Amino acid sequence: MQDLLRTSKRLTASVVAIAAVTFMTGSAFGQTKLSGTVKLDGSSTVAPITMAAAEMFMGEQPRVRVTVGISGTGGGFKKFLDEKADLRTDISDASRVIKGKEIERAKKLGIEFIEIPIGIDGIAVMVHPSNAFANFLTVDELKRIWSPGSSITNWSQVRKGFPDVPMKLYGPGTDSGTFDYFTKAICGKEKASRSDYTASESDNVLVRGIAGNKGSLGYFGYSYYQANQDKLKLVAIDNNNGTPVTPSLDIIRGGTYKPLSRPMFLYVNKTAYTRPEVKAFLKYFLDNAKAIVEHPRVNYVALSDELYSIGRHRLNTGQVGSAMSAAGDNTAKLQEVFSKF
Amino acid sequence: MTLVNTNFEPRLAHRRRIGWFFAFACASMVVLAVFVLGVLLISVADQGWRWLSLDFLDNFPSRLNPEKAGVKSALFGTLWLIGLTAAVSVPIGMAAAIYLHEYAAKGKLTRFIELNIANLAGVPSIVYGILGLAVFIRLCGLGRSVLAGALTLSLLILPVIIIASREALAAVPDSIRLAAFGLGATRWQTVRSHVLPAAIPGMMTGVILALSRALGEAAPLIMIGALTFITFVPEGPLDTFTAMPIQIYNWIDEPDLIFQELAGAGILVLLGMLLPMNAVAVGIRAWHQRRKAWS
Repeated sequence: MQDLLRTSKRLTASVVAIAAVTFMTGSAFGQTKLSGTVKLDGSSTVAPITMAAAEMFMGEQPRVRVTVGISGTGGGFKKFLDEKADLRTDISDASRVIKGKEIERAKKLGIEFIEIPIGIDGIAVMVHPSNAFANFLTVDELKRIWSPGSSITNWSQVRKGFPDVPMKLYGPGTDSGTFDYFTKAICGKEKASRSDYTASESDNVLVRGIAGNKGSLGYFGYSYYQANQDKLKLVAIDNNNGTPVTPSLDIIRGGTYKPLSRPMFLYVNKTAYTRPEVKAFLKYFLDNAKAIVEHPRVNYVALSDELYSIGRHRLNTGQVGSAMSAAGDNTAKLQEVFSKF
Repeated sequence: MTLVNTNFEPRLAHRRRIGWFFAFACASMVVLAVFVLGVLLISVADQGWRWLSLDFLDNFPSRLNPEKAGVKSALFGTLWLIGLTAAVSVPIGMAAAIYLHEYAAKGKLTRFIELNIANLAGVPSIVYGILGLAVFIRLCGLGRSVLAGALTLSLLILPVIIIASREALAAVPDSIRLAAFGLGATRWQTVRSHVLPAAIPGMMTGVILALSRALGEAAPLIMIGALTFITFVPEGPLDTFTAMPIQIYNWIDEPDLIFQELAGAGILVLLGMLLPMNAVAVGIRAWHQRRKAWS
């Protein structure tokens, strides 16, 4: 009897083991498991989005390796458009539209790329929390402050009625897409900025600087402001029309925070997109875009479903080139949507 | 007699006071240095200690669930990096030092080479990163791999290893060499059986200190494109990688406070790797002092 019991126990155990093995192999072969590597690099502003996407995607496809580097938008394009094909990244994170020079370089190297918009970011302008006078600034005032060779060193020079407080400026470094976008939107020309300010590629350094200096003024991405709201005072922006706008996620989504909202893009190497793991990653990204972009740990503004399906369409039909500069099938729609920014 | 004595004023109390003041100044500098180090360690430990666990070592970094984030990819990247760096730089560095000190004629050329090695030891690490990018990644086609990183770090610490090893060889008294030659030993026999056994502990100390420097380097690795976000462990020398200093830097750059704490925990792990290495170096030196063959 005892023996019988033992054998039956052993039997049950082996049946369970076999069942487990079948189940496991079943799950391994049941759905197609991909492998390979997807290489991304570029903007530090966009990186939180692609890192989150990579993490979620690898939860589903654990054998695909998605790597994300942070070299700034310009640095990312350098790796995207490397002379050596094996050193190129598959996808470039960009917080601005690809530049003419970069398009030329792609042409010269025979690289075709597909541009897909993925979200919107606002640039926040901030002062020290004890600053009671600068509740809003006009674009003209910002331009006078930040223009190359500007002689403004005191808040009293900005507007009549501002007190005599020395001004201390903080902003991102020259490799940053935020810097490119801010200078273009405020000073009218990309990279046109005074240089006597504290520049750092690390937004945390800027937070500490602005929060630690009574006369401070600085700018960086809105999502970083959100994470540090208690230490900084947000300044409303008056686009020279008398109605200052204080940015929030909803305001940025609505497109009225002008001129400091900007679209973010992924640039996909068309040849790389023929690889199944790259395809799967981008499909996953676009199918879950809203959840990824507006994830509480990412906190950007997602686009409309329509714009994501335009991105999907561009990928599937292989529409190469930059929609923001060239004309094409549904580029008109894209331009219409993004012309606000 | 009178000439000597006329100008001599003992002023013993005054001179002693100056001596005491100097000793006090030196001692307070020691206290200051230790204090700053202590504050640094305590603030890091205070930030990071509660994240330290075996899970922290075994989990991959996570942006969405920082509570479950870990340093596995960076830890293994760093172990690969240091292993390969040691395998490349130690034999080359020691051989170069032995040749320069024991074999090369003491001419102008040798002096010129030694002067340049000393200069190379002072070159900023980012310059080696640029060199590594141009030579190993582009010219040799190694890609942004852990091997390319290790070769770059090897270049960085080679001058330090050569200089330290040379000094260890120079500390072996010539009488030992002369005695060996006197008994008819060849140069190879002298070096192998007499000079090296006496010099090896000193050389090892230099090697370990140089390797711990490589362990903490971030700049050249960023230059050659070590990645920021990676959730796998290198499987071979040609795999892409990330390393502890880069992971720490990446976390410090994140806006949420929790990542600052993770960075603190990462720094503690890095220190946990560095301190045993330095302890081994100190231990070897102490052991060597006791059983020194001469004096």
